[in-house]
Amino acid sequence: MKDRIRQIVIDHARLACDMKVLDHSADLYRAGMTSHASVGLMLALENEFGLEFPDSMLSRSVFESIDTIANAIETLQQAPQ
Amino acid sequence: MSLQQIPAPLENRIASEAFQEALQIAAQNADDVDLRGRFPREAVDALRTSGALGWHIPLGYGGAGAHIEDLADATFELSRRCASTGMIFAMHQIQVASIVRHKANSSWFESYLRLLVSERRLIASATSELGVGGDLRRSIAALEPASDRSSNMVQFEKNASTISYGAHADDLLTTVRRNTGADQGDQVLVLTHLSEMEMKRTGEWDTLGMRGTCSPGFTARATCLADQVLPVPFAAIAAETVVPVSHILWANVWLGLSTDAFDRAQNFVRVQARQNPGTPPPTALRLAELSARMAEFRALVRAAMKEYTALADEEGRRYLSTIGYAVRINNLKIAASEAAVDVCQNALRICGFAGYKNGGPYSVCRQLRDAHSAALMIANDRLLATNAALLLVYREAK
Repeated sequence: MKDRIRQIVIDHARLACDMKVLDHSADLYRAGMTSHASVGLMLALENEFGLEFPDSMLSRSVFESIDTIANAIETLQQAPQ
Repeated sequence: MSLQQIPAPLENRIASEAFQEALQIAAQNADDVDLRGRFPREAVDALRTSGALGWHIPLGYGGAGAHIEDLADATFELSRRCASTGMIFAMHQIQVASIVRHKANSSWFESYLRLLVSERRLIASATSELGVGGDLRRSIAALEPASDRSSNMVQFEKNASTISYGAHADDLLTTVRRNTGADQGDQVLVLTHLSEMEMKRTGEWDTLGMRGTCSPGFTARATCLADQVLPVPFAAIAAETVVPVSHILWANVWLGLSTDAFDRAQNFVRVQARQNPGTPPPTALRLAELSARMAEFRALVRAAMKEYTALADEEGRRYLSTIGYAVRINNLKIAASEAAVDVCQNALRICGFAGYKNGGPYSVCRQLRDAHSAALMIANDRLLATNAALLLVYREAK
């Protein structure tokens, strides 16, 4: 799953630096992701994983790194529908 | 001032004699400050004397431990007399709140807060910069090791497009990139003493309104201790403090100046009514309409204050960084800035030429001109564009 997330980050987070140097725990905001770009990332993730982030998850800390995004998606996938 | 001389916190700080005097001085000088586009020195000095500049600082550092609500009320009252003075007070308190809430365990900032209280220091801020297109969350200027590398010193140079009361403050809080290799959004806040800085004014401040804030551009250069950088990333400071506190206090400036315009219109209608008792003048209907608009405006500002109060402490802080809160606090700014112009314009229609004339008890010229700055301080179009993007993912339910 983290590879799928990584690809979406590459396509949508519009980072200034090369993704190859960023590990799964790297802070995407510090790497240059703007709040506008983070919205694009959220929409692309919702589309890719077929889910909707509830409002309570729409915060900076959830989209900070590939790890935190993966945690959030896992939480949503495990939650009873 | 020694610790013993610091007055005990007052039950009602706004009612204190010293603050009431500051209000009176702000009112007396408002027209002259506006006419000459000069810094409201008398009112700011009176605010220093009253201790109001340190109200928000916790008791342990010699301050009054006042809540943002007190600051909002004080901003409102000042802005009813002189919106420039109210805006200067508001901006100073935003800087104080940033330090109080994000100093973590920094001993340098703890000492600084004590210094601010005892020396009644005024803080300005340099967040704007040529080349970032008005985006608070981007910087070009960066911290770098001081050219004298022998010590724990850093330096920066920033070409700020506007620094309000930059020539009249004691200290400056500046956004810069963390280091020269950092992304534009990877910012920190650094506090420097203006007496130790090189400040070069790069422009004039001869504006339509808010003339007393004296906000030209400056090139600011400083060398300082690395300890003078707030330990928390600006991203968090912006979301949890700078953005909400700015919008709440600014909204109180605009509500204050609008209340002034409303009061003038009401006085005008009363005088008209007295000339022909028993027949309400046609302007009375317009005033009633305006009263409804004011009620809406007050409710908007109070609701935002209430929400922030409920979230500002440890538990709720996380929520301040959510998209939902960002949308709502942007909405406050957009709505309040539009309401201010609307109210002042309608007050002008009520007062007619008595309102259109500079000076006199029914003049609303200064208020209307000041109100027009509201939509420009962080342009409403920028906030609308941000909300347009955020609403693609956030489903507004509240």
